[in-house]
This record gives sequence, structure tokens and C-alpha cells, in this order.
Amino acid sequence: MAFGIGGGPIRRERDGSFKIRLSEPEQILLKSLLAQLRTLLKIEGGGQITDESGVRRLFPTAYAGRDDLEAEYQAMVHDDLLARRLAAIDQVEETIVLPSLDEEQLGTWLRTFNDLRLVLGTRLDVSEDDTDPIDPDDPEAPAQAAYEYLGWLLEATVNALTGALPPAEDD
Amino acid sequence: MSTSPAEVDVPDVADDIDPDRPWIVLVWNDPINLMSYVTYVFQKLFGYSLEKATSLMLDVHEKGRAVVSNGTREKAELDVFRLHEHGLWATMQQEDA
Repeated sequence: MAFGIGGGPIRRERDGSFKIRLSEPEQILLKSLLAQLRTLLKIEGGGQITDESGVRRLFPTAYAGRDDLEAEYQAMVHDDLLARRLAAIDQVEETIVLPSLDEEQLGTWLRTFNDLRLVLGTRLDVSEDDTDPIDPDDPEAPAQAAYEYLGWLLEATVNALTGALPPAEDD
Repeated sequence: MSTSPAEVDVPDVADDIDPDRPWIVLVWNDPINLMSYVTYVFQKLFGYSLEKATSLMLDVHEKGRAVVSNGTREKAELDVFRLHEHGLWATMQQEDA
């Protein structure tokens, strides 16, 4: 796992809603990344995806070392998991310009930002100790910058949602 | 024991599963998921306190994996599905006898 940076553009209000402040360039970047993820997921759904795409990271193995049980499990849930991810992308695209979200909408943002970050991070082959500054001459610099931005945005989303959690069941 | 040629041998893939042995759900370390995100997901999905969720997250981070839930095979499959939906590396297996 990796350490994130605190702070951010999402604030929980007294009425339980979340105030959002994303600039237009941020919205444009996110829409572009969402469109790319949708394309990759649709290719995955068609069974044509490559490991290099990073999308396999979103469909992990459930039964490690048990190919028979794994095949049964994937036959049961894979398409559902894919459909939920595609539906979440649609929802984030529809709500990305809103100044205020409810908890469920922000929860969909959270999962989808994390999906984007997982796929980008897998493609960039990041490790836990990656702390090197981005080299602007590196052809991967734009993707690295997007990955850093998503980490920052995700951290802000987690912080806002953590404040809205109900009391724990194991207390 | 002999089997008549007319009978088709249908393999039961789950014939070595002991129905009385509980299943455990493991989450494995990965280099991308944020520590705060993993802690939040444990709280959100399982209703764990911040302390318990943080302790499990640190186990994943430092020991490479942690058992995050257990129960019937059906419950474990649902928990794994929800963890996968949240992008965590989760697997399930039967507890050692």
C-alpha cells in the first residue's frame, strides 16, 4: 500500500451532503480518464483484453490455487462486476459537474477513482517506494501526473466519507 | 466398483469441500491501494471500528495479508465480491482443519 497526501476539495456539510470543488480542468481530465476506462472495460468484456492494459487488476482471482472453483465463481460474478463498474462510470460522468453530492454518489466516485488509479498504477508498474519526482521529459509523465492527482483526490474523498461512517458494530 | 458404460461420469468440482469447515476471506497487500482507502473499505463493508480496521490494514501492509472475515462459503463469496468491487485483492479458502 502507499501513503497519500491529506487535504482536498471535498467537504462534508452539516446536513450530511458533500460540497465539491473541482475546477474545470480537473473535470475535463476526469472525464477523459473515465472514457478511457470505459473503453478498456468494454474490451475486457469482449474477452480481448491484454495484461498490459492494467484492467485485469479490477477482476482478481477469488479462489487462489483452485482453478475449478475459480471458474465456477467467475462464471457467476464476472459479468455483474463488469456491469457495476460500467454503471459507476456513467454515474460519475453524470455527477462530475455537480457542486454537491450525497453519500451514495460520493461512494460511487470513490470506487471509480480507485479503479482509475489501480489501472493507471498497474500500467505504470508503480511500487510502494516510488517517491521520485516526475521527469517532464519522460513520455509517461502525463500518466504519472494523472496518477498522483488521483491519489490526492482519492485521499480527499476517503477523508470526507470516513466522517460519515455510522458507529462501528464491534464497539 | 464398476460403472456401466451408459453412465456419464459428471465430476463434482466441489466434492473435496467439507461443508462444516468455515471459510476465511484474506486481503493481500498491493503497492497501489492507499492505506486510508483500505481502512475505510474495511469499516464500510464490515462495520469495523477505526481501530480494528486500521489494525487489519496494517497487518495487510506489514505481513502481506490479513483475514478480514469468515463464515459460510456463500458469505465469503459475497465478501470477496464486495472487496473486488472496491478494488482490493481478496481471496477465500477453507480454514485449516
